[in-house]
Amino acid sequence: MTTFIERLWELGPALTKGTPHAQKLGIKFVAVDKGLGTLSLPYNTELIGDPKSRVIAGGAVTTLLDQACGLAAIAGFGGLGQIATLSLRIDYQRSAKPGETVIGEASCYKTTRHVAFIRAVAHDGDPDDPVATAQACFMLTGELFKGPEEDDEIAPPAKGGATS
Amino acid sequence: MTQRLADSLVASIPYAKTLGIEAQLDGDDLRLILPFIKSNIGNPTLPALHGGAIGGFMEVCAMAELRRRAPDLPFSKPIGINIDYLRRGKPVTTYAHADIFKEGARVANVRVRAWQESPEKPIAALSGHFLLPKSK
Repeated sequence: MTTFIERLWELGPALTKGTPHAQKLGIKFVAVDKGLGTLSLPYNTELIGDPKSRVIAGGAVTTLLDQACGLAAIAGFGGLGQIATLSLRIDYQRSAKPGETVIGEASCYKTTRHVAFIRAVAHDGDPDDPVATAQACFMLTGELFKGPEEDDEIAPPAKGGATS
Repeated sequence: MTQRLADSLVASIPYAKTLGIEAQLDGDDLRLILPFIKSNIGNPTLPALHGGAIGGFMEVCAMAELRRRAPDLPFSKPIGINIDYLRRGKPVTTYAHADIFKEGARVANVRVRAWQESPEKPIAALSGHFLLPKSK
């Protein structure tokens, strides 16, 4: 029996690729688990916010975190549906290092019928030395499609790709 | 401030160019424009602009407003920002305007409003603290 998270492993790359703005910035799918979503943003000169330091713009990190929080919200709701960001709070701890890929890790710690609450961190290799931390609320704006084959038993995701 | 300075302020940020941001000076008011481009879409089904693109647009707006007061200094950096999404970002032109609520020696508090058809119907709002560059 295929669990929703296993399906999300398969859908994850397409969800990111199917988001034109995520695609434009170069955001890539990394991983998903129950209530968890991880994406990456490789360094790209088109993302530079400060031409002198060549550090990427806060807005690029904002988009990475927003997108990762959205993925975690879907993983948290346990089904596919239209979602929208209600609020996004971001604290920037330090500049991202020029040339380094930024990872966005989001964790949905609570869902109600229509709202998902998410925490996220952006780092460039060491999660204990974050670039930014975030707190978000997402809303389910339409129906949630869980699919007939779903059950609540979540198998551990296949590491390394959608192979199962 | 001149329109040319406003243009060069935005043009100096590669990320602003990636989003397609333009500057417009209306009297002494600086207004930023985000023309609709497909690559700013977050949800192609609705369609709706990406929350990150709207947030990034408002961050650039806050930083441009702070920068134009001290054009010779570097850009200020965001410390903590809060974004509220109020309406769906439709696939049309979006505008943003920043107000500086408080400007201290090191930190400024800025509020940004983004709208499409009418400033009375904002699609998103940002409030945040920005670290001001050190003046020499």
